[in-house]
Amino acid sequence: MGGLTLQFIPYSEIEELSSLGRIKKLLKIAKENKIVLLEGRLNKDEEAELIKTTMEEINDEFKGIELGVIYPEQTEGALLKKIKGGFAKLLLGNRMGLTIIGPASIVKEIKKDPTKIELFTTTPRKTKKKKR
Amino acid sequence: MPRKKSKKRSGKKAGKKAKKAKKSEENAEEPFEEPAEDQPSASTQSSSSSAKNEKLGIIKRFINKVIGSIFKKKKHIKLGLYGPPNGGKTTLANRICIDWLGEDMGSVSATAHETREIKIKEQINIKSGKKELSFNLVDTPGIATKIDYEDFVKKGMNKTVAKKRAKEATKGVIDAIKWLDDMDVVVVVIDSTMDPYTQVNITIIGNLVARNIPVLIVGNKIDLKKSDLKRIEAAFPQYDVIGISAKFGKNMDKLYESLFVMVD
Ligand SMILES: Nc1nc2c(ncn2[C@@H]2O[C@H](COP(=O)(O)OP(=O)(O)O)[C@@H](O)[C@H]2O)c(=O)[nH]1
Ligand SMILES: [Mg+2]
Repeated sequence: MGGLTLQFIPYSEIEELSSLGRIKKLLKIAKENKIVLLEGRLNKDEEAELIKTTMEEINDEFKGIELGVIYPEQTEGALLKKIKGGFAKLLLGNRMGLTIIGPASIVKEIKKDPTKIELFTTTPRKTKKKKR
Repeated sequence: MPRKKSKKRSGKKAGKKAKKAKKSEENAEEPFEEPAEDQPSASTQSSSSSAKNEKLGIIKRFINKVIGSIFKKKKHIKLGLYGPPNGGKTTLANRICIDWLGEDMGSVSATAHETREIKIKEQINIKSGKKELSFNLVDTPGIATKIDYEDFVKKGMNKTVAKKRAKEATKGVIDAIKWLDDMDVVVVVIDSTMDPYTQVNITIIGNLVARNIPVLIVGNKIDLKKSDLKRIEAAFPQYDVIGISAKFGKNMDKLYESLFVMVD
């Protein structure tokens, strides 16, 4: 039973990618049974798109993902009030926070409240390949 | 087989293009707003009845401003039911249909993903005094980030059936997401005995807000002891939360009232 592998992705690594490119990249890592820690976050459309793509890729091996997004609220709220409009958000908003994507076979639940995030993993017994 | 009972449609093409154009127009002028996360302090808000009335007032004004004009032009409002699987969307859809049409809509099950296709009940007219409201009710499969056929096996299905169900369920989730753009009003149905602050709920609500679709949050299953509406109110402080029991028809009048307020 190997340990968990976390892969950190700095925002700069997805910044230049298209929405589809970002989603493919993140899902690819999750499908390798690694937990993705993404600096920053996707926008709402991309979140929905990520779920859609996840559904398309579910099979006997890949059971989907657990997804959790946190970000510093005060900073962002204040900032966005100062600089109105979507452009500021585009420049700064999505770079803040942290996105966690874990394969559902490993991550049972991501629990969050406004200040913290907890990741619950399944017991090793359940993560091993299906038996016959 | 239970699915045959209800009228189902997959013809979602009609009207979609026109709608898309209109929606993107709206999106252009409204800066993107996050649902709950921007106002953490508001989670301590009380929900006394006066605060509640004020909240309804705010929602009403907001809605009149943002989408009031649509409803005046539109004939058929699409009211969508969204939420994670098992929240009680179909139970609620059936309750609404029984209350106003005298017949139910779809099958309900304790096993998740019972609803795997979008289902529409057309032309539901609800009345209250002189007011009347007409809409098409859209029951969706709901949104999930994971589906494991082995969960269905655990519920007693054989492997082949379970795998088929899982496959259908994934398509159902995809459809539910695709249909978001088509909705005029959405009721997000959340099981009030569960943690409401999940990414699925946040993603659904965030996407509705980004599309300027008015949202009403329903905390379902208030008949159960573990039900906790305060927790939902705290998680989504800037939305109106109505507690109901779809199964036992508790507080449905309040829900209908809120629909009138939203669409008025
Ligand atoms: N106690 C209780 N159970 C409910 C209520 N509404 C739905 N349920 C149950 O929750 C389960 C899922 O309901 P369903 O309508 O199929 O959920 P959906 O997946 O959101 O459509 C079923 O076992 C229902 O009987 C309610 O108000 N109270
Ligand atoms: Mg259902």
